[in-house]
Amino acid sequence: MWTAVLVAGVGCYLLKLAGLSLPERVLSHPTVERVADLIPVALLAALVAVQVFSGGTSLTVDARVLGLGFAVVALLLRAPFLVVVVGASVVAALARLV
Amino acid sequence: MSDAPLSPDERAGIVRDGLAVGIATGAYGVGFGAVSVASGLSVAQTCVLSLLMFTGASQFALAGVVAAGGAPLSGAATALLLGTRNTLYGLRMAPLLRWRGWRRAAAAHVLIDESTAMAVNRGTTAAARLGFLTTGLAVFVLWNVATAIGAFAGEAVGDPRTFGLDAAVGAAFLALLWPRLADRRNVLVGVLAAAVALSVVPLTAPGVPVLAAGGVAVLVGVLGTGGDPTEVPGPDDVAGGHR
Repeated sequence: MWTAVLVAGVGCYLLKLAGLSLPERVLSHPTVERVADLIPVALLAALVAVQVFSGGTSLTVDARVLGLGFAVVALLLRAPFLVVVVGASVVAALARLV
Repeated sequence: MSDAPLSPDERAGIVRDGLAVGIATGAYGVGFGAVSVASGLSVAQTCVLSLLMFTGASQFALAGVVAAGGAPLSGAATALLLGTRNTLYGLRMAPLLRWRGWRRAAAAHVLIDESTAMAVNRGTTAAARLGFLTTGLAVFVLWNVATAIGAFAGEAVGDPRTFGLDAAVGAAFLALLWPRLADRRNVLVGVLAAAVALSVVPLTAPGVPVLAAGGVAVLVGVLGTGGDPTEVPGPDDVAGGHR
């Protein structure tokens, strides 16, 4: 785990430094820009799906889905980040009590 | 790019905005600290992530992959892929900030969504530097303090399921994704990526599905047409996009 933490930490710093140091034309190809814009979208969407609907290597549906439902409503109402996250936990925890 | 000096009013306004963003972002550092510990990282590992990696979405991604049972290194790979957007921010910011040598090396550490957002629209190098530094430093300090608080609180909770902390992880990712869903193409890519990830969950080791979804981005990006400008966050997008 420490290896992953340090490798990813140093790697992320180098990615930032590369951006400030490289001449702009190196990465200014439209395809590169499109892919780079879409990567966060794809990864975050996949992370949402995997976090909510999977347990290890199987697909599951449990109280986390209700937490996600709360998050969607809260985001639609433009609630702050902490309300979204804490509210989702509270909803899931309450659902497990019932 | 003019080099006109800033008036005291401009200066105060930029500093105030930077501090406000720092406080808003710091608040969700508590969420990261708790989620990271709930995912199985130690308090020390959680704090080192905030100090060294210091880019929220990547940190959440590493913790999220580990929480799903993935190998730590696939978590690291996901974090690095998400970190590539900071490279694009850097390309955009370099001609604006115009730092060289050690200043550039130091500035790179606080090159994140928030500092970019609060500097990219400034008209002068002096204003961009001030916005970048006050926002970057305010977020850095408060994010790290908040991470430590969240991590210790998360450790005290014990089993993450008790308070539904496992549900908090998905909600956190959705909140990070949300501002990008205003674009219809992004919605399509997001749905496709989620479907690809879930469809390979039963077939692969945990952690791989998220990386496979990254392939969707590459595929759509390569096949797509039209050169849209890089999506750089604006002042309205900081702190999860819904201050």
